[in-house]
Amino acid sequence: MSRRATVEAAVKLGLTADEYAHICAIQGGEPTYVELAIYSLMWSEHCSYKHSRPVLGRFPTSGPRILQGPGENAGIIDVGDGWAVAMKVESHNHPSAVEPFQGAATGVGGIVRDIFTMGARPCVSMDSLRFGELTEPRQRFLLDGVVGGIAHYGNCLGIPTIGGEIYFEPSYEGNCLVNAMSAGMIRTDNIVRAIASGIGNHVVLIGSKTGRDGIGGASVLASQEFDETLEEKRPSVQVGDPFTEKKLIEACLELIHRHLVVSMQDLGAAGLTSSSSEMSSKGHVGLDIHADRVPLREADMEPWEIMISESQERMLAIVTAEQIADVREVCERWDLDCTVIGAVTDSKMLRIWWHGERVANIPARRLADESPVIRTPSVKPGYIVDEPVAVDDTGYPRPSDLGAALTQLLAAPNIASKRWAWEQYDYIVQANTVQIPGSDAAVLRIKDSQRGIAFSNDCNGRHCYLDPYRGAKAAVAEAARNLACAGALPVAVTDCLNFGNPEKGEIYWQFEQAVEGIAQACEALDTPVVSGNVSFYNESFGQAIYPTPMIGMLGVYDDVSVHIDDAFKDEGDVIVLLGAEAGWMDGSEYQKVAYGKVEGRVPDVDLQLEVELQHKLRAAIEARLLKSAHDCAEGGLAVALAECCIAGGSTGGAQFADPEAPRSGRHGRWLGADVDLGSAAAVAGAAGRPDLALFGEAPTRVVVSVAPELLGPLDEALGGLPRRVLGRVTGANLRCTMEGKELFTVAVGELHSAYESLPQRLA
Amino acid sequence: MSAAPVRFGVVVFPGSNCDADACHALSTFPGTSAQYLWHKDTDLKGVQAVILPGGFSYGDYLRCGAIARFSPIMQAVIDFAASGGLVMGICNGFQTLVEAGLLPGGLIRNTGLKFVCRYVNLRVETTDTPFTSAYAAGEVLRIVVKHNEGNYTVDPETLARMQAADQIVLRYADAAGEQAEGANPNGALDDIAGVCNEARNVFGMMPHPENSVEAHLAGGADGRKLFQSMIDTVLRTAEVAS
Amino acid sequence: MNVRVYVTPKKGILDPQGAAVERSLPNLGFTGVSGVQIGKIIDLTISADDLTAEAARAQVDDMCRRLLANPIIEDYTFAISEG
Repeated sequence: MSRRATVEAAVKLGLTADEYAHICAIQGGEPTYVELAIYSLMWSEHCSYKHSRPVLGRFPTSGPRILQGPGENAGIIDVGDGWAVAMKVESHNHPSAVEPFQGAATGVGGIVRDIFTMGARPCVSMDSLRFGELTEPRQRFLLDGVVGGIAHYGNCLGIPTIGGEIYFEPSYEGNCLVNAMSAGMIRTDNIVRAIASGIGNHVVLIGSKTGRDGIGGASVLASQEFDETLEEKRPSVQVGDPFTEKKLIEACLELIHRHLVVSMQDLGAAGLTSSSSEMSSKGHVGLDIHADRVPLREADMEPWEIMISESQERMLAIVTAEQIADVREVCERWDLDCTVIGAVTDSKMLRIWWHGERVANIPARRLADESPVIRTPSVKPGYIVDEPVAVDDTGYPRPSDLGAALTQLLAAPNIASKRWAWEQYDYIVQANTVQIPGSDAAVLRIKDSQRGIAFSNDCNGRHCYLDPYRGAKAAVAEAARNLACAGALPVAVTDCLNFGNPEKGEIYWQFEQAVEGIAQACEALDTPVVSGNVSFYNESFGQAIYPTPMIGMLGVYDDVSVHIDDAFKDEGDVIVLLGAEAGWMDGSEYQKVAYGKVEGRVPDVDLQLEVELQHKLRAAIEARLLKSAHDCAEGGLAVALAECCIAGGSTGGAQFADPEAPRSGRHGRWLGADVDLGSAAAVAGAAGRPDLALFGEAPTRVVVSVAPELLGPLDEALGGLPRRVLGRVTGANLRCTMEGKELFTVAVGELHSAYESLPQRLA
Repeated sequence: MSAAPVRFGVVVFPGSNCDADACHALSTFPGTSAQYLWHKDTDLKGVQAVILPGGFSYGDYLRCGAIARFSPIMQAVIDFAASGGLVMGICNGFQTLVEAGLLPGGLIRNTGLKFVCRYVNLRVETTDTPFTSAYAAGEVLRIVVKHNEGNYTVDPETLARMQAADQIVLRYADAAGEQAEGANPNGALDDIAGVCNEARNVFGMMPHPENSVEAHLAGGADGRKLFQSMIDTVLRTAEVAS
Repeated sequence: MNVRVYVTPKKGILDPQGAAVERSLPNLGFTGVSGVQIGKIIDLTISADDLTAEAARAQVDDMCRRLLANPIIEDYTFAISEG
């Protein structure tokens, strides 16, 4: 059991020869196999962030509302009235590519544990998903499995899955992305941190029995590209048990609220190894773990397997001798295993025992602090261009039927309604949902309070590919803008950074650029990064995904009843475009769908204008001046207008704050619009073309609708903010003109059919 | 002299996850109290109405409600029902009542084979129950369903008896209250969304009225009269008894 | 030919259903029960007059691998009988 491990064994476990030499130096000789297994996991990319740590320091991470920044299980933000929100996002990309249902399910399970381990009751789940094009059967299989797995696990837990995003690009074909975000509510005076303390205290394992799940998962799957050996790595997949996790949530929250535990940590990537080493190093103490006391599901497991197993639904708690009896009682009531497997010591060493024999003896702090740090020399990729594309009639012939072009865009999988997915999710359990999926942001109330919270997930991978700095900056701006459209104040970010192989200079350049873009936007918008996750090695056969830095953002309300959604409400309402007048071909959905190209230079976000727009938009919503607000994103202004019309007429929409408010437009009657876009020459990037004024993309644009009698007060509230009155809400059709000249008229019913056509692609 | 509150009990099985919502919904009705009834207990603690809430008791493993029906609390619920006590099962609660034999029929997988979370329209088929007395006959409600196994099925003979005995309480319908294509979210036989027993004191429904008690939230408030009916019934019964 | 396919959770993979049922049986008074595993039986008929036994086995095996079982987390066996 304490046999010595050679450099060959180290390499097989994913370590380099240099890292092995470093380990020998720390251990004072050749490590035991158990020790080597522990190092290999803790120093893997997934656990140690060795390529990303040096760069992530750029993020702003603190602020007056921030109670806990990066470094704990989740970030925590004060939202008023003694309440705080714990929030985090995590990737489960590689396991989902192998077994989509269980990969996604266990991804949800893992992130939820990060939330309740701090004492927060999970109240929100959101998922950002990316696949290859739906024309490929395997991609349909992955989509079906991932959505099914999220539904299976989240619904069983009774946590509303209230939003997210789904995108389809060829670049994700070999590497799907599954980013699972969760948030929970906690009283500010009851936060538990994962710090072991109290010499002599018990180390207690609670939850499921330990098997061979995921053995090698963190070091094998997430720290390497996929290649021909993918099939052989399959047996590492974990299977989730949401029933046990639901019991775990109830038991652990009770333990925490009754102050029965000193601290708690969930077992995630690298299982017992990472939990025990993190808890002891943060607490500057040692831990003795008796691996032979761990309840097993599989007979004949070896101590190194027990230490690195990623069996799900397990928690580690530090419990005093006085409280262990009460802890056992709670666990027994919930039918959960509760086993003392070790003790807190003053040795500052992580010691693993096997039937009395010591098989590992590692200095906890050095294991955590001396993990390698690697900064690859970055290289700007050759494909990056510094100029936008020339939108000429040869490369980009003008469409003859703009109405058909709009319908084609609405039917594009990246734009079309994702109702097929979110109707598989319980989005209303816990009775807090104010805004159901489908609008710009998800909104929840806080019980016994007027306050509320809102969430958004955003990233345009294509934009980030063309310009990682501008694209990442735009992702933050868009997330905040979506929250502003709902009337919420953005306050914090949790990020999931999905990239290719960081050992390659071009990928590392993308990563550095994206982090810089995020940092600048977060500084300007005052949304510190409180938690997050980095997923590298999203490459197959040398082909990397688009750099995809996904931004999960939290917004708050003093009074949640001011929230609005994106739907037009009444005929005669005035439609106004706030912000920039711009529409670019570069990187747009229109460029991809109509021309089959992805090229050019995406526009940059004017952060000053963005901040002004969001501030004034929010003020107008709080003054109850607006009936609707919608961000202009993929598909540009025309798609945004179409979406406002479609949402206005379809069933299943959100309710209003004021139950007496008019509901015209709901329950089967279509609302349309009659708008004039002004001159194409005035639209930056449109090259004088009507199609780009309609479908071109640019940041910092919001479409709002307002009752005619409130247009004056709105004008006053907006001050000098750039804007254009586009037209009026009407019935039945969406009609667009340009300086009076007709561009198209399409029945909203037809737009609705195109927008709801995703299920047809899945048959 | 204020009347004593109407006492509701909400049973909690391991895996129930709509129990808190049921208690919260009741808290919006003044003059009521709600407490949790733990599955391992055998004491109904003197409640005057019992709710089996929605969720995934025992993970929905084996069959929905199949394990929950053997919980110690269930014998007390069965006795309570036998003596005329009001028992309502919502979603997983409905499934448990059916497994326990307190309601006829069975609930199988949705025909779409997927979990469905969606607003549906329900037509109140009979107001002659303690659960629908506050509604008007034929009233159309907008309530959320969220389930994977909501497809109500029953053999033809039993169905005929149920129809004759006015035991079909709620049906899926369109906004105008008509049975129609697309109105039924799960393929349930005869668009059945909720049924009661012959004695009319046990009721099960797949949609979630506890998520429709506050007008300003996404679920709206069409579920309020359901709880109100139960409250009114208990008060009337208590009055008669006194 | 009548085919009966047995699909069971793979050894070593967690079987949440089996575990939940195993924990519940003692509550009904059944003690000493262990190793509960929940799988499924799939019955089907193959009608092909000129199919050899070997070809039929190959066909069923192919069906199992590609659809009836999820080879990542499930094992399968099957029996073919004339009928």
